[in-house]
Amino acid sequence: MAASALTIEAYREVAPRGTIDFLLRLAERARGRRFLHVNSTRFGGGVAEILSRLVPIMGDLGIKADWEVMEGDSEFFATTKAFHNALQGTEQVVTEAMLEHYLEVNRVNAERLRPAADLVLIHDPQPAAMIESRPPEGKWVWRCHIDLSLPQRRAWAFLRRYVIRYDAAVFSLPAFAQQLPIPQFLVYPSIDPLAEKNRRMTRNEIAKILGALQIPDDKPILLQVSRFDRFKDPIGVINAYRMVKRYHDVRLVLAGGGATDDPEGAQVLAEAREAAGRDPDIYVLDLPSNAHLQINALQRAAAIVIQKSTREGFGLTVAEAMWKGKPVVGGATGGLTVQILYGVTGYTVNSVEGAAYRIRYLLSNPALMRKMGEAGREHVRRNFLITRHLRDYLSLLVHLTA
Amino acid sequence: MVEPAPFVFFGCIELREILGLRARDERELMELLERAPLGSVYYHTHSVFLRHHQITGAYPNDFANWVASQVRDQVLGERLAVVDPFAFPSLEALREELVSIIDHHIAALHPVPRVVFGDPFFFVQSHVIEVPTGLEACTLGEFRRCLAEVDASSIYFHALESRVRRGHPHGDFADWIGQALGLQSQAEEIARINPYLGGLEEIRARMLRLLDAALGGEAPAGGG
Repeated sequence: MAASALTIEAYREVAPRGTIDFLLRLAERARGRRFLHVNSTRFGGGVAEILSRLVPIMGDLGIKADWEVMEGDSEFFATTKAFHNALQGTEQVVTEAMLEHYLEVNRVNAERLRPAADLVLIHDPQPAAMIESRPPEGKWVWRCHIDLSLPQRRAWAFLRRYVIRYDAAVFSLPAFAQQLPIPQFLVYPSIDPLAEKNRRMTRNEIAKILGALQIPDDKPILLQVSRFDRFKDPIGVINAYRMVKRYHDVRLVLAGGGATDDPEGAQVLAEAREAAGRDPDIYVLDLPSNAHLQINALQRAAAIVIQKSTREGFGLTVAEAMWKGKPVVGGATGGLTVQILYGVTGYTVNSVEGAAYRIRYLLSNPALMRKMGEAGREHVRRNFLITRHLRDYLSLLVHLTA
Repeated sequence: MVEPAPFVFFGCIELREILGLRARDERELMELLERAPLGSVYYHTHSVFLRHHQITGAYPNDFANWVASQVRDQVLGERLAVVDPFAFPSLEALREELVSIIDHHIAALHPVPRVVFGDPFFFVQSHVIEVPTGLEACTLGEFRRCLAEVDASSIYFHALESRVRRGHPHGDFADWIGQALGLQSQAEEIARINPYLGGLEEIRARMLRLLDAALGGEAPAGGG
């Protein structure tokens, strides 16, 4: 469904019963208020993806919702990329000149956009310093989508100077937050059940896409969808698959991207291919970032979805899989621990052996797989759909601008 | 005769606030519990019912769950889980009891149990935002119909939130049935329903049974 045509009514059949009426009544309390989102990209990445859906639905609910995107040159985005990595704990070189350029780009954008609303939600570090130009009216909230638990000290000390000038901050998990003198709210991210990546598909559509990817569906498929990144532990997944393969005739699909624009991603992809060797039942797919339907089809075709990360942000691929009724085996890290209800929707594990054991256990108990799949779908319906996200943002608007 | 004021059903949602307090061992848990805002004590012991429609942890109490599943101290988990938060006259009294249990437990332990592989305990509090449901009742029959269909958060708001944080010790449901309809014995029975081990749907089911009995042979419309 095109984002511009999105209405809240479209979600009535997928959201929990009563949710849409509840949202309509909640929105009554904030009708006519202005809610402005500011981030650094219109396309690509989870933030832009969800904003492209949230903003029109908020408008449909009577909120004056807008979304502005800051502009920057390649030097600015190189700086913010380094910043992003430093804030997530990777040692980076961030020079004074880079920081000065970052501030200058923020000043230029603040002048150009003149952000003003009852609630201005600034997403991530790129536009964070625009707070310097805030007008006296309206509340400003910094929405942090990244894991700030172990930042490089210097990068965080710089950013913190700006963050503490906001009225509040929003994090995706308590563990991702930092000590701050402003209120910090908790809002989980979400998936859109009507987006290409999650919409219903017919058996024919799924079969056609699997055919195009040359993946037969004659054996149970174990699937991991993730960027080729060491923290996603693709080699660990292959090793777990090998332990399972002695007992169950399965296929493994590792589907991801990030290898084209990231030298380390290319290296991890090469390592995964080498580890797969000549095993005809292992498929390592390097997919483009817009391969939403392929991912959807793979998740629907899978018997079990794996997310064996050793470090993870929120990891919404797990919610995507559970929405498709799949049991999930995932690493006990980051947002996976709030998405996977142990023994109810899947299992969190701490080792290759743990992953192999739980996959074998599930494959030996098909009725349990079905039951967990159903429980997972309901868990996502209540907690990780865009309708819950909308409810949280409306609550924030009501709470801060009452 | 003056018509009773209608009962207006409100639902609610909670906006969660991270307090920046985190405990890695049982002593830290106790110390932070002593100084955390009462709203946080409430969040971790009462509003569990609003968040978890599927009870997946061992206990309906975040403190007990954390020590049992993350610290892996089953004994303290059980001792905290048995504390019924609805049996205390105030949140302060509940806090004192929880602190006293942890204090007594760790006094005999060296070293104090701590998280090794699990997650710290993060203190959170919530801001409950009330939302009208559009449902109103003037008679017991209408009330029964609305109760059967209303969102579970409405039960939370009128039966739990109102008792603990809005100064209505019997809850809104019992107050209205007793005061507006004059049905004292039903009001008393409703006020006695303890949600600790059954959750919101158990409150609803028990109230519906009581109301059906009060309504006699009338076949009530609506679900339940």
